[in-house]
Amino acid sequence: MTFLLAILVGVLYSAGIYMILRRSLVKVIIGLIFLGYAANLLIFAIGRITKGIPAFIPADSEKLVEPFADPLPQALILTAIVIGFGVQAFAIVLFKRAYQTVGTDDLDEMKSTDELKEDKQ
Amino acid sequence: MLNLIIIGFFASAFAPLIYKRTKKYFGWIAASFPLYMFISFILKYNEIASGKIIKEAISWIPSLGINFSFLLDGLSLTFVLIITLIGTAVFLYAGSYMKNYEHTGRFYLYIGVFMTSMIGLVLSDNMITLFVFWELTSISSYLLIGFNHHKESSRKSALQALLVTGGGGLALMAGLILLAQVSGSFEISALYDIHDKIVSSKLYPAVVILILLGAFTKSAQFPFHFWLPNAMEAPTPVSAYLHSATMVKAGIYLIARFNHAIGGTVIWQDTILIAGTITMFIAALLAFNQTDLKKLLAYSTLSVLGTLTMLLGIGSNLAIKAFFIFLVAHSLYKGTLFLVAGIFDHKTGTRNVSMLGGLKKLLPVTMTAALLASFSMMGIIPLVGFIGKETVYSSILEVENFRFLLLALAVISNAFVVMVTILVGIKPFFGKLLPTLKPPQEAPVKMLIGPILLAVFGLLTGLFPNVFIQKLLDRSTISILAEELGITVKLWHGFNYVLLLSFVTLLLGIGLYYFRKQILQILENLSLSNYLKPSFWYERILNGTLSFASLQTKILQNGYLRYYIIFIIITTLGLTGYTLFKISGIGSLDITTDLTIYELIIGIIIIASTFLVITSVSRLKAIVAIGVVGFCIGIIFILYSAPDLALTTFAIETLTVILFVLVLYRLPKYLQFSNPGSKIRDAIIAASVGIFMTMIVLLVTAGEMQSELKKYFAEASLAEGKGRNIVNVILVDFRAIDTLGEITVLAVAAIGVYALLKLRLKEGDK
Repeated sequence: MTFLLAILVGVLYSAGIYMILRRSLVKVIIGLIFLGYAANLLIFAIGRITKGIPAFIPADSEKLVEPFADPLPQALILTAIVIGFGVQAFAIVLFKRAYQTVGTDDLDEMKSTDELKEDKQ
Repeated sequence: MLNLIIIGFFASAFAPLIYKRTKKYFGWIAASFPLYMFISFILKYNEIASGKIIKEAISWIPSLGINFSFLLDGLSLTFVLIITLIGTAVFLYAGSYMKNYEHTGRFYLYIGVFMTSMIGLVLSDNMITLFVFWELTSISSYLLIGFNHHKESSRKSALQALLVTGGGGLALMAGLILLAQVSGSFEISALYDIHDKIVSSKLYPAVVILILLGAFTKSAQFPFHFWLPNAMEAPTPVSAYLHSATMVKAGIYLIARFNHAIGGTVIWQDTILIAGTITMFIAALLAFNQTDLKKLLAYSTLSVLGTLTMLLGIGSNLAIKAFFIFLVAHSLYKGTLFLVAGIFDHKTGTRNVSMLGGLKKLLPVTMTAALLASFSMMGIIPLVGFIGKETVYSSILEVENFRFLLLALAVISNAFVVMVTILVGIKPFFGKLLPTLKPPQEAPVKMLIGPILLAVFGLLTGLFPNVFIQKLLDRSTISILAEELGITVKLWHGFNYVLLLSFVTLLLGIGLYYFRKQILQILENLSLSNYLKPSFWYERILNGTLSFASLQTKILQNGYLRYYIIFIIITTLGLTGYTLFKISGIGSLDITTDLTIYELIIGIIIIASTFLVITSVSRLKAIVAIGVVGFCIGIIFILYSAPDLALTTFAIETLTVILFVLVLYRLPKYLQFSNPGSKIRDAIIAASVGIFMTMIVLLVTAGEMQSELKKYFAEASLAEGKGRNIVNVILVDFRAIDTLGEITVLAVAAIGVYALLKLRLKEGDK
């Protein structure tokens, strides 16, 4: 399964990068979401996967004995998912706002802030 | 020595505060500071004169051999005495001169920092310490030249001086580091014993060129001489102090200091000799058509700096003696004349020589100082300048090659200097009284003490050279040449060839003065000064650098998001990819497939939905497909023992899809902007990233994993965190602060979302 996960991570990263390189701002946001998935799966996979034994301490026991799934990567991913959602939500709304203001979805028409002013001394 | 330097910086820092309370007397208070330094060092005079060398050091970065080590020998003592003596005169003088300037307190801060750094520079025995002080003098010089920062010309000149000396400083640093690599030590005094090893090193020519670049830029040697006349934008006390007596001599000090350690070779001597001679001659010619007092003095200073460099280049015993006497003489008379020029400026309102004349009766005390200094500068007996000029000539007469060329150039240059002296120091007092902007009157005491003090010192040194400079001269030549010369300094050598040369120089100079209008005409026809303007090249290089910078910005900062990202991705891929495969190679990867059928199905669904998102022309379809991918990932989490992750994922995916649909339903058409070419390019980049990430996962999981934390959490979760769901305990207990931060981020995002949705733009704001 690790092998499959590795492939999936690769596919999701590719999709994310490809989408983030598009000119349409909606697609850039979709790319962002994909990169989020990819990063979460990456952490999950390299934290080693364990099938069917979650990190719960049984009711009749004081502590957990091996084998069980490593809880730390899971905690990290949980944080990442939630933060990722915050970013997505903000990006989506910001995009909507930008569209209302600028009147376009095309990133190439939103680059005036980065242009070097020739007449500036 | 170290404590004096620390006191110096502290005192400078408090100068603005003290100035505020004691404006009227501040000149006196300020002058007591260099005077105190002067006295502290003159007390060591006997010790040094008897041949002792005082060393002090505290460690700074001992592992790199970098220390605050200081060394007081004849050479550094001479410089320190010049710095502090002229400092005393200038600080007192500025108390009156700077009275009507704004931010006078700040002025004293800068000039105090400068003086202390200059003292540190000439005392340093460690190359890095020396470099730090060297740069500090450049920076304080920058601040002082640009002191009238509301004037554009001031700012430009300050920047020019900083760029030229700062650029030279970089070369110097490179040279010093190379030198330390060759010699294995940053201590200058440690170099003396391994002179042969350094000189025979392969890196030696580079060391020489880099160090000399630093020295030449600092001491304004040709072709870097142009910044010095422009530096005359500074207030006059600064010009008198930094740009004639002290800072511009730092480069010469550097050459003298290293002469013993890395000098004595053809490349070293010849480079110095040629640069010095050219500077001496060209600067004298350029002085000719100046009318501004300070510019005249600046060019004559340049000529003298060239002469001093030339003498070091000749490098004979007599030349070093001449170097030393000329150095002292010049500091004394040039300091005086600059201060006198400042008095003219202050008391008559002009610095144009053609507008000054007949001030004899009105400024009698100023005249006394000016005449003494002028006679010294012209080389008239019995002033110290006379001895200086005599020894310069006799040392040139000893040179074997090109003796007469050098002699002719020196005589002509000195004749021009004589002419400048007459213009600056003598002409304004005699002849007809010319009308001036302000009614001329004698300067106040504070402004007179300095020039008189320096001028009288010049006279006394000339009359009693054996008392004043004999012993220091002996000790200094040891520092420069590593041998005691045992020569005596005398005022009068009798009637000889050299005396005749002095006389010829004087006559020639007076002739130049009387026929200067006619000669000026000839020079103008030749339009000489245009050919001799490296400032043209400076402008070229400066503008070139600026346009290169904007070109580079245009390429890198082009406004296209995707190019920024491509830059980042390709750089990351290149660097990490290279490192990764260099370290681990594509060795044994664990490609065992223990897949169950439902895992395979989930994998296929994820891949298929991903392709659907990428290729879809309908936004809604794409959003739904994203949701599918998200839910499938949630299922993977369930299968592999992460129920909390799965729950969260399901909730978040639902929210994302709803948000997308709600917000985006009234949006523009889901457009295709990209052309096929860029799609293929992006696909290749994206695929490489994907393959790279897959490789990383496979490489990492191929190794063993030993997690101490896993064990720790398993044991401590119930005992310390009172919870059986370990993931939850980690989040709310062990990493609670992190979770708090996360909540904060979410709250901020929520506020942002709310604000953006509620924001109503007025028509005009769009």
